[in-house]
Amino acid sequence: MFNLDQWQEIAATIRKNKMRTFLTAFSIAWGIFLLVVLLGAGSGFLNGVLYQWRDDAMNSFKITPGTTSMPYKGMKPGKKIQLTNEDFDKIASNVQGVEHITARYFLSGEYPIRYKLNHARFMVRSTHPGHLYYENTIITQGRFLNELDLKERRKVAVIGENVLKVLSINEEPLGKWIEINQIPYKVVGVFIDAGATFELSTIYIPISTAQMVYNGANKVHEILFTTGTASLKDTRLMFTQTKNILVEHHKFSPDDYRAIDISNNNETMQKFLNMISGIKFFIWIIGVGTITAGIVGVSNIMMISINERTREIGIRKAIGAMPASIISLVLHESFVITLIAGYVGLVLGVATIEFASWAFEHFKLQSEFFRNPEIDFKTVITATIFLVFAGVLAGFFPARLAAKIKPVEALREE
Amino acid sequence: MLIELKNVRKIYKIGHQELHALKGINMNIGEGELVSIVGPSGSGKSTLLNILGILDGFDEGHYELAGTRMEKLSENKAAYYRNKFIGFIFQSFNLITFKNAMENVALPLYYQNVSRKKRNALALEYLDRVGLKDWADHLPSELSGGQNQRVAIARALISQPKLILADEPTGALDSETSAEVMDLFKEVNKLGITVIIVTHEHDISKKTERIIHLIDGQIENDGNINELR
Repeated sequence: MFNLDQWQEIAATIRKNKMRTFLTAFSIAWGIFLLVVLLGAGSGFLNGVLYQWRDDAMNSFKITPGTTSMPYKGMKPGKKIQLTNEDFDKIASNVQGVEHITARYFLSGEYPIRYKLNHARFMVRSTHPGHLYYENTIITQGRFLNELDLKERRKVAVIGENVLKVLSINEEPLGKWIEINQIPYKVVGVFIDAGATFELSTIYIPISTAQMVYNGANKVHEILFTTGTASLKDTRLMFTQTKNILVEHHKFSPDDYRAIDISNNNETMQKFLNMISGIKFFIWIIGVGTITAGIVGVSNIMMISINERTREIGIRKAIGAMPASIISLVLHESFVITLIAGYVGLVLGVATIEFASWAFEHFKLQSEFFRNPEIDFKTVITATIFLVFAGVLAGFFPARLAAKIKPVEALREE
Repeated sequence: MLIELKNVRKIYKIGHQELHALKGINMNIGEGELVSIVGPSGSGKSTLLNILGILDGFDEGHYELAGTRMEKLSENKAAYYRNKFIGFIFQSFNLITFKNAMENVALPLYYQNVSRKKRNALALEYLDRVGLKDWADHLPSELSGGQNQRVAIARALISQPKLILADEPTGALDSETSAEVMDLFKEVNKLGITVIIVTHEHDISKKTERIIHLIDGQIENDGNINELR
């Protein structure tokens, strides 16, 4: 391996056979280049899809009431289900593994908002403090809603940065009063959101306040909770527990999926993760296929080269080369060619991906389906290991062929 | 004795037919002899040379080279003995085309794991002996036939073999160059190295001391050149 003479032998052989070496190298470089670019494009696609999910906690449940579609215990179908604070409390205290929980009471449509002389319309959402974690909300000033706000039904509001801008609240916003539908609320926090921009035009108020002010009594429209690090299996158990609570409380058939929709985002995420793995697997199949074609190419060219070099190998054997040294010569040659060519392909591929990534950012080509193509270090390492393997494999058969050459036949005068 | 052959037979199987290339060869060649093997084509002289050079095996008999039995050798052993005991000269020189004269001459030492510096220095020395020191960095394609054969002789000599095997060494050379090459062989022989030349040229064989005449896979005649005359 570290025999300088052998490297010089190989260097000389390569130097004297430039075209053959180039063709061999090209097929490997091309294979690796394609693999890297494919993987990069794949990651771009995945990033695009992930981007669409960015602002919601994926480890979460969402419970939305509907209308019964089956008769149950003497009741006709068509009964409208109304979730209440009682459901919220029961789920919060009885379902094992609930991390952060919140309900939502909708204030339908956009409400007129006033700050001093400025008027605008924004969506108002009333929630529990746990909502912060459900929506990946990031507080930039002040705080989010807290338990005390709920308990005392305080008239406080947490506003999106867009609200701040549109209402031209230029001074310190915290402690300022804004009017929502002519009722004054004190601003206690400002937030941004990791996801969609419409979130920034939202105002959060305590759910208890909203129920009191807007005749909500104890009604809620949605219950949402996160499940922390619970496994998919655990969340399936949580699903059953939640369902049992709701079935018992609202008296509908357990088979009636229209009565209440309990959607477990963990399931959705799992399906999504499966899809990601599927796509990655597919990309590797294509990449490995391409490189395999490269290996076969290298092997083939090496075979031809061995045939061309039959006499040379015969001479080497006649003057004392052992089969092992011939094998080593051929293996090293294919190894060196594969490794260098593969490395060039790798670098070009990574450069292409980096350039594409830059171009997508710079020319604002990011879309919902394709963004930030990238290639991670692990992939590069894997590809490199694969290359080494490919190099040895590509050299194996030609080397064996070379070792089998009989000097008598190789040196026969034509 | 450097070489002892006893009843050596070689059979080529072509399909179902058997071709007896050598039908029991018995001969002894001592150290420092200058021998030519002659005979018509198909008489088995190349086969004999290949067996002597451990390039090819044989089916029956015994072959001892410098006191070592040469039957059923592994490839590695064969390579080792070739490298250690034997220098080859071929009709078409068989130099490696992309290596210059010095590198070609140095190659046997590469397989003896001699350092590059040392073997290149030695190669220059041997090139000097055959009068080609100034051509050391020329490729075989840049040299004449006679020069190429002299490079090949230098290559055969560099490992200080006991035996030089030459297969039609002058077959591709004109008569003047042939004579030069033969003079070189004689010089080499004077150093005590056994030289065996396969040839069909009478001019060449008569310059040797002993002629082994092969016909149809058997030794027809084996004797000192003066006796034969």
